[in-house]
Amino acid sequence: MSEQDDKKIDKSRRRFLIGATSAMGVAGTIGAAVPFVGSWTPSQKAKAAGAPVRIDISTLKEGEQIIAEWRGKPIWVIRRTQQMISDLDQMVDVLLDPESSNSDQPEYADNLHRSLRPDILVLTGVCTHLGCSPTYRPEKAPKDLGDKWMGGFLCACHNSRFDLAGRVFKGAPASKNLAVPPYSFENETTIVVGIDKETA
Amino acid sequence: MLKKVMPWVDERLPVTDSWNRHLGKYYAPKNFNFWYFFGSLALLVLVNQLITGVWLTMNYNPTEGLGAFASVETNIMRDVKYGWLIRYLHSTGASAFFAVIYMHMFRGLLYGSYRKPRELVWLVGMFIFVCLMAEAFFGYLLPWGQMSYWGAQVIISLFSTIPYFGEDLAQLIRGDYVISGITLNRFFALHVIAIPIVLLGLVVLHILALHEVGSNNPDGVEIKQRKNEKGIPLDGIPFHPYYTVKDIVGVIVFLILFLGIVFFNPEFGGLFLEAPNFEPNNPLKTPEHIAPVWYFTPFYSMLRAVTAPLFGIDANFWGFMVMVAAIVVLFLLPWLDRSPVKSIRYKGFLSKLFLALFVVSFAVLGVLGLPPNKLTAWMNLDTRTLVTQISTVIYFSFFILMPFYTRMEKTKPIPDRVTYK
Repeated sequence: MSEQDDKKIDKSRRRFLIGATSAMGVAGTIGAAVPFVGSWTPSQKAKAAGAPVRIDISTLKEGEQIIAEWRGKPIWVIRRTQQMISDLDQMVDVLLDPESSNSDQPEYADNLHRSLRPDILVLTGVCTHLGCSPTYRPEKAPKDLGDKWMGGFLCACHNSRFDLAGRVFKGAPASKNLAVPPYSFENETTIVVGIDKETA
Repeated sequence: MLKKVMPWVDERLPVTDSWNRHLGKYYAPKNFNFWYFFGSLALLVLVNQLITGVWLTMNYNPTEGLGAFASVETNIMRDVKYGWLIRYLHSTGASAFFAVIYMHMFRGLLYGSYRKPRELVWLVGMFIFVCLMAEAFFGYLLPWGQMSYWGAQVIISLFSTIPYFGEDLAQLIRGDYVISGITLNRFFALHVIAIPIVLLGLVVLHILALHEVGSNNPDGVEIKQRKNEKGIPLDGIPFHPYYTVKDIVGVIVFLILFLGIVFFNPEFGGLFLEAPNFEPNNPLKTPEHIAPVWYFTPFYSMLRAVTAPLFGIDANFWGFMVMVAAIVVLFLLPWLDRSPVKSIRYKGFLSKLFLALFVVSFAVLGVLGLPPNKLTAWMNLDTRTLVTQISTVIYFSFFILMPFYTRMEKTKPIPDRVTYK
């Protein structure tokens, strides 16, 4: 290319074309990324597996726990004794969030006993610290947990403690109470997890 | 014959040229010591991981339920001929990779190999390190045992602590509401295809960048500054045959140790293969202690060092950020070191003190991140947290104070030529 040809080059036109091509390229890349990122979201099958589950509590005795599975997470159902329910009042001093104001529960479980029915406790059994599943420790004042233990849940991973309404103790690494999943009673002895009055 | 073939090939593909550029006429300083074995050893372990990895995929089955677990523990470990050996080479290789890389990185810290003009060598190296961490994390899910599942659970939970979009991000990583077969399949794909391709590309860049600027040495003297009349550095020797032969000695010693572990103690007391991982995963039951494999424990400890929430955001999130910062700060190293000299040999007392403190803090964090053990048995939970917090502060002060102590201290004069010590 001679010097004269060089002078004929319209630089602003060239810059515009480079800019426009680059912009199209970026837009195209973003467009092309959509299906790739999209394919990472839960598939239809995964969504279907997240469907509600029914839990039969007709054989659940007082003070006992059953563990069911919903969306791959453990769901605990505990039939609390009258004593356990009345003990809940006394826990307030040792709890981080006794009112559950900073915790996750449906509106109908945002009460002292954190449940629809005072005796039946339904919780997602996943520690709010790093997702381990705590152990149910209903006994009072066992050796390892001290005299003041009124029954509750202990996370073996990092020693977070929760009371019998799933409320976290002060000084634990977990900072939220155990979550209450959306649930409802289909009848007296059947709980449906995943469907409640709000979503139905 | 070769004399006729090579010119023909060289006109079409720069074979002789590349050989000379990277081996035959690549002049490396003649005073390399023990610490300089780990670069070539890292390459050796990489090749080991690639070959054993390919062979493992031939018998591995990434399906949920018992599928993946059984394909490792029953099929590969028991039914496939030599399957146990290939698997142990791969699992021990993962630990060896980190051991070698940590030594390799420490060499960089000792002799200032990250300093000008080797900043890009260091940066690419750091990207390799991050890739390696991702590779190890994805690979650890594949045996589909208890620790695979719960380890991944803990790490993916970290992403869900990010405010606003964390929960969605965690779901995007899992592809499900929980870790499931879907997660297992994508981690398998990332572990065997995506990350290795990136890793190999980065390794090529690492070596190309190194050979462009030339190797550093224990004295931190630039050998290119003193050349003979042919333009060859006076203190340089061709990589081949001098260092290829020397590295073979390193390879032999390494293989004795490595194969000793593979054959006689592949679990390495639960450090290389953790006991709970011999149980199939159970999403409803957490093992008593969740701890990552030893090479991640220093960073895991830092995660646990943060116990207080800040600005109304969970302590977990800040712990996660500290962990990320511990890696990010390594990237900045070339610009934090303001010393007039490169090598620790000529740096002052403060640099030596801080480097020693850094190594101790890293080791202490590592031990504290393991499940409770003999070394930490004397501490209760509060003491452990306190020691972790102090160590974390020391770890970061090594980096954050570096611009100050490297400028303040008195350094020794650098020799003109490399020395042997």
